[in-house]
Amino acid sequence: MDTMRERFASVTSRLLDEDPRLAVVLAEIGKDGFTDAAQRHPERVVNVGIREQLLVGVGGGLALTGLRPIMHTFASFLVERPFEQVKLDFGHQGVGGVLVSAGGSYDWPSGGFTHMAPGDVGLLDTLDGWTVHVPGHPDEAEILLRQAAAAGDDKVYVRLSVQANEAPRPVDGARFRTLREGRQGVVVAVGPMLDPVLAATEGLDVTVLYATTVRPFDAETLRAATGAAGEADVVTVEPYHAGTSTRFVNEALLDRSHRVLGLGVSRQELRRYGQLDEHLAGHGLDPHSLRERITGFLGR
Amino acid sequence: MGTGMGAPTADTSTSPGFHELPGLMGLMTGDEKHGPAATSTLDALWVLYDRVLRASPATVADPERDRFLLSKGHGPMAYYAVLAAKGFFPVDWLPGFGAYNSPLGHHPDRVLVPGAEIGSGSLGHGLPLAVGTALGLRAQGRTGPAVWVLIGDAELDEGSNHEALAYAGATGLERLHTLVIDNSSATHGWRGGIASRFEAAGWSATTVDGRDHQALYEAFSAPHPGRPHGVVARVEPKDA
Repeated sequence: MDTMRERFASVTSRLLDEDPRLAVVLAEIGKDGFTDAAQRHPERVVNVGIREQLLVGVGGGLALTGLRPIMHTFASFLVERPFEQVKLDFGHQGVGGVLVSAGGSYDWPSGGFTHMAPGDVGLLDTLDGWTVHVPGHPDEAEILLRQAAAAGDDKVYVRLSVQANEAPRPVDGARFRTLREGRQGVVVAVGPMLDPVLAATEGLDVTVLYATTVRPFDAETLRAATGAAGEADVVTVEPYHAGTSTRFVNEALLDRSHRVLGLGVSRQELRRYGQLDEHLAGHGLDPHSLRERITGFLGR
Repeated sequence: MGTGMGAPTADTSTSPGFHELPGLMGLMTGDEKHGPAATSTLDALWVLYDRVLRASPATVADPERDRFLLSKGHGPMAYYAVLAAKGFFPVDWLPGFGAYNSPLGHHPDRVLVPGAEIGSGSLGHGLPLAVGTALGLRAQGRTGPAVWVLIGDAELDEGSNHEALAYAGATGLERLHTLVIDNSSATHGWRGGIASRFEAAGWSATTVDGRDHQALYEAFSAPHPGRPHGVVARVEPKDA
């Protein structure tokens, strides 16, 4: 099985063949995946060198001429370092594009914190009108990437990860999907956190919602899911900062008594290397820890 | 672009000339903070819009139009005066400058101002956007439009400009042009002068008197095959 990022390169290369409006902008990272595409479309695969402000600024300039730019690098260098370019060269100009990140929160654990971006979705939440897709499987990534490329002038962020679920699920680019139904609470599993959540909640009487599009937040499905319970207890399990979606849960359930447990990556640096599963355990996101935290919350 | 109202048609027989610009600028009171910055761009803007740019109210939606990106968005009175004089929007918008319901803010907003190619105000965004615009036009087979971007000498301090400068020079973006208004406002400046910075990156570059219309015109229209072009327009120091 290829990774989400490998799928991104192959799918986007095909999309460049299919849609003359698309252009890819890179800042060295990921360029090997586009060698053939760059030969076929030299003017629509742009590598600006290690210059991330220029990566996003060029994307904005391409969009001003009517092209749809797809910009790619690691999440820290795509969203954090050039944040003002994301803020001003797209939304403020009234144009759109697609940001596709790799690396996520812990994909390269031995690389350390410089290459981790658990704050990326929270940072984008300070901006208006961004769609955020967090696929949990390469097949889902393909569907969401194709949707993002075709989404007119929308602003879309697609967060790819090495972490992935065993099996793909149907995704529509908008709604949460109900995978289990229960009465003791609702657990929202985001993207690659689904497999750990399913393992953690095995045998529990909870609803499990699977989210691969987290912005706009699917308040309707969440409300419908919590309607079956008495008081609404909601747990979010996110592969980025814990609590990133708590605000949206609160807004969705503003008129109802409810509690929220936001699980995800800690703000405090782990300062550890090692392997992905060690980092998940370090953030309390392995199935065993999740089960303890979820049952502790639901048990009041 | 624009407010949704149709862009007014230019009436060339009565459109204001350069000498009417101070009067137009006088309609916009209250922007005292950027006064010196406002006039530093006036002559260069006028020469561009009057003699160089293929851009007019009739072409605001034409993909073959030249682009002018105002990156130094501070003190936009000169820019608004020139746009109004050229008929991009009514002169009677000028007195509302900076008011709540006015489309004319103290930094221009592309979404509100007919003829404005970018919203600007935070420094250092225009040149990278201009690079992307030049690339986008080329990718669509549009080799005719020129892309111009105006930056200030102090604005050049922003690192984003150097990312754009280095890339544009290395890749020979011939349709890209940068106008640097040098009113000596940078604290540190550039050893060897601004033009040398562009030349070191592979650009064609020249320095002219920013008040001399003929010199400006010659610098703007000088050929620069295979290279982007930089014009440094020197005007009196900001605090003079």
